[in-house]
Amino acid sequence: MLSSETDRFAHMVRICDVRGLARVLSMVENGHILAPSIMHSLYNPERSSLTVGITGPPGAGKSTLTNRLITFWRRHDNKVGVIAVDPSSPFSGGALLGDRVRMQDHASDPGVFIRSMGSRGHLGGLSGATRDALEVLAAASYDPVLVETVGVGQAEVEIASLADITLLVLVPGLGDEVQAMKAGIMEIGDIIVLNKADRPGIEQLAMSVNASLELLPDQSERPPVVKCSAQTGEGIEDLTETITSYISSLTERKQIARRRTSLILDSIIREKGRYLARKMVTDRYGSVEKAIESILEGETTPYGIGEMLSEFIDNKRECENEH
Amino acid sequence: MDRKVRVLIGKPGLDGHDRGAKYIARALRDAGMEVIYTGIRQTPEAIANASIQEDVDFVGLSLLSGAHNHLFPEVARILKEKGGSDIILFGGGVIPEEDIPGLKEVGFKAIFTPGTAATEVVDFIEREIKAR
Repeated sequence: MLSSETDRFAHMVRICDVRGLARVLSMVENGHILAPSIMHSLYNPERSSLTVGITGPPGAGKSTLTNRLITFWRRHDNKVGVIAVDPSSPFSGGALLGDRVRMQDHASDPGVFIRSMGSRGHLGGLSGATRDALEVLAAASYDPVLVETVGVGQAEVEIASLADITLLVLVPGLGDEVQAMKAGIMEIGDIIVLNKADRPGIEQLAMSVNASLELLPDQSERPPVVKCSAQTGEGIEDLTETITSYISSLTERKQIARRRTSLILDSIIREKGRYLARKMVTDRYGSVEKAIESILEGETTPYGIGEMLSEFIDNKRECENEH
Repeated sequence: MDRKVRVLIGKPGLDGHDRGAKYIARALRDAGMEVIYTGIRQTPEAIANASIQEDVDFVGLSLLSGAHNHLFPEVARILKEKGGSDIILFGGGVIPEEDIPGLKEVGFKAIFTPGTAATEVVDFIEREIKAR
């Protein structure tokens, strides 16, 4: 699996050669042929670098908050990595990635690495490559790596499984009083940040958030709620203290490593399963489109194809067992 | 492999007029590119840093203040220093005809002056990508 090219790129990441690191991130994003072997070489389940997800509805101030958090960790001399995901246009496939505008304070700081990513058709508030990109930045010893998601709605909870800590950012007046009641989004925050605390409606928001947290079955896992204003800086200290104490409660490194690994393996299984099934359909029918034609012509059904796939996979396994 | 063309649009110096920059950024996005917009009042250092981190294919600078003869070459120089000499540079804004040859000499492949249609910039990028 290893080649000298792979070694060269992995080495550039480890020594944090910025140009090489940036190249590797592109390779991962573009599905370059060397990307899996580079990831194979870099992956360390017990890495010490923590990943922090920052999520919330559009306009919640995620970038401004990220900017504040970078400042906080830079003051502690940590090298900070940032992955900022913005939506890609479903029509042109292009994307306008503007999160850097709010992180200008750190534009010339060599201890901060910011990478913007288009979601490229991936749902769930991240891009398909985010999972690997944050491992790459961690391997380059950025600690923490902050991941700012696309503004999420109600069900896009992917970040919570990907990051070690997830901040859910809510603001008054975006209909959150109602949104907070909805299942899914409220469960993803390890810490709930009520941003724009200088705005009217903040008390109402706090009340409705707390009311919906009352409904959590396990109150010992009730996330802390912190009010702040990323714009003015008010309350940011409270937030960073809350984050720091949350981090120190994450003592079970082995447990984090297990969770992280199971997650990545699970998503690779899903990815490869899809690839394999697609390939089998293509082998049998010529293409997915042609399979659809066959269904419409009454030759089979989607379920018939599903059954064919199951049989094929089971037979294959039996054949292999005989050896 | 799903490769997207990545372009950074930056505004160096003190000029805060970013209508042109944003207009071009949107046009490039609509042409299917990933456009990183860094905002106004950037130092050449910050623009070069961002371009390397974002691993862009192109850097487009927009300037209306008249300081292009100083700031544009500065971005080109720092980019080269940081190993980004293969990144293609272009510029736009209020730039007199007579300054254009000098900017091309320091590495700017194209300079777009006021009145340029956005499609011209798109065409330029697509041509350069093909020529690679």
